[in-house]
Amino acid sequence: MPNKLSSLPDLACAVASGSSISIGGFTSQRHPTALLRELIRAGVSDLHVYCHSAGSDIDLLIGAGCVRRIEGAYLADGVLAPIARNWRRFVEAGRIEFSDYSNAAMMARFSAGAMGLPFLPTLSMLGSAMLNWHINAQHGDETCIGSPELRQKAVEFDCPFSGTKTLLLPAIKTDYCLLHVQKASTSGLIRIEGQEFLDIQQALAAKHVFVTCEELVDDDELRREPERNRLPPFVVEAVAEVKYGSHPHSVHNYYDYDPAHLRRYDAAAGSAERFAAYLDEFVHGLKSHSDYVVKLGGEQYFETLRPSPNLGYNANLVRTSARS
Amino acid sequence: MTIDAPYTAAEWMAVVAAREIKDGEVVFVGTGLPMLAAMLAKRTHAPDCVIVFEAGGVDPRMNQLPMSVGDSRTIENAAMASGLFDVFNYLLQGGRIDIGFLGGAQVDRYGNINSTAIGNDYLRPKVRLPGSGGGADVAIMSQRTVIMARHELRRLPEKVDFITSPGWLEGNDSRAAAGIPHGGPAALVTTLGLIRYRDITHEPFLASVRPGIMPSDVRTQTGFALDIDVPLDLPEPSTQEIEILRRDVDPHKIFLS
Repeated sequence: MPNKLSSLPDLACAVASGSSISIGGFTSQRHPTALLRELIRAGVSDLHVYCHSAGSDIDLLIGAGCVRRIEGAYLADGVLAPIARNWRRFVEAGRIEFSDYSNAAMMARFSAGAMGLPFLPTLSMLGSAMLNWHINAQHGDETCIGSPELRQKAVEFDCPFSGTKTLLLPAIKTDYCLLHVQKASTSGLIRIEGQEFLDIQQALAAKHVFVTCEELVDDDELRREPERNRLPPFVVEAVAEVKYGSHPHSVHNYYDYDPAHLRRYDAAAGSAERFAAYLDEFVHGLKSHSDYVVKLGGEQYFETLRPSPNLGYNANLVRTSARS
Repeated sequence: MTIDAPYTAAEWMAVVAAREIKDGEVVFVGTGLPMLAAMLAKRTHAPDCVIVFEAGGVDPRMNQLPMSVGDSRTIENAAMASGLFDVFNYLLQGGRIDIGFLGGAQVDRYGNINSTAIGNDYLRPKVRLPGSGGGADVAIMSQRTVIMARHELRRLPEKVDFITSPGWLEGNDSRAAAGIPHGGPAALVTTLGLIRYRDITHEPFLASVRPGIMPSDVRTQTGFALDIDVPLDLPEPSTQEIEILRRDVDPHKIFLS
């Protein structure tokens, strides 16, 4: 059985600047956030990011100057932060290339990539102004970076059998997919608890899949319930055990999202100066993820986010802001 | 029935939106007030409605308001915890969503929604918004939709700056002409009232106002031509509905502050 055990710094160093990438999770849930902080420390830049509903995971990369271009559907932490503020600042200042799709459209694009198809038809986005804008409209260039053979953002296409109008969307193939999951074995077998979001399709649409997990478990343990495993282990290239590796985002059954920290992030991301200070404090000023956990207050801090018995979340979590 | 304690505009909206859900319907729910409406409906007149979240939660028995549609709270005692692939392909595109809830920064005359960018230049907007998320998908593929929005002149223009989520587009048969097979807005619930759309033309008309609001006030605060001469239905929240909202649905005042 192959041993794919790696470390956070090694995974971060393996991600090349200028590559295309997707990141697992959804809004404030189960992102590989510790790995993203490590990418920032490693100085990765010029990334082409594909996403659906992202939150302060990709916003963190944008604010740290790691992202050249983004194709996706949504950037916000739901009610906790209704707009990703670095994303907003960078778009308004013309500092990032972007192209809007809907979540179902991005799902179709990742799925096409995962299935080895060049495109998939969908009913999504018909009638939306998102169709009017090509990916590189800023530069008068309609080619799709990462898939130079594709000339357009989407093509309306009448079904040859029924005549029904559909929209053809180009497949996504990324260089890297970074996931954070609850459990994994050193062989690359992973176990997702709670919603899988779009992690499986994103992984299958990538050349290199790196996984961080809350805990390493024995391969045999995961093989006892194979029906709960959704990704063939040979698809996963490397695994690193990173306890609390998603903070400030949630990991179902392990810890809830951290409302206080997400609000602090939200306030910082509203200005370049404040965000630089945030990065100094929580990324550049710390050598490792262990230092990050210690800085937060260690195990004791995470007790406040611990799920209640039989729930995937903490029923007593204080979620309203102190200000209101 | 009237109640002693006053209720807020947000509470009125949640009650009016909840009543749009029929028992047994499959309901696609987005972040914010739609969550309150769906949770209220399930605790009152529509106990067998099925709530669906795009991130994967199907038919949960929720005890806490989720902060986003991916929150662990959306799969508490759920029938399924799946993912975007299953929900978008099989439930939404498969035509199984009876009613979808939408919000947005701007909503225009025909119920088109902007959640992408404010200003005339998409590439360099005055204000960048979060983006479609699943909004455009819900607007296109649900059997009908209910939109919830704060009622302000600038939020309800004749035309939105950017059509993220198509409603009735330009009215008449323009939605069908764009290739959208079914659906369309059934109602727009605002802080001031309830707007519905005529058959065939899909022109908006004021169907209800929140108690205390004059129809002429609604027209003044609306950026498009709004027919206010239709006999109004005056829905009053019941004591029970307001109590359930405050005690069970949002006791920590996450939305109802």
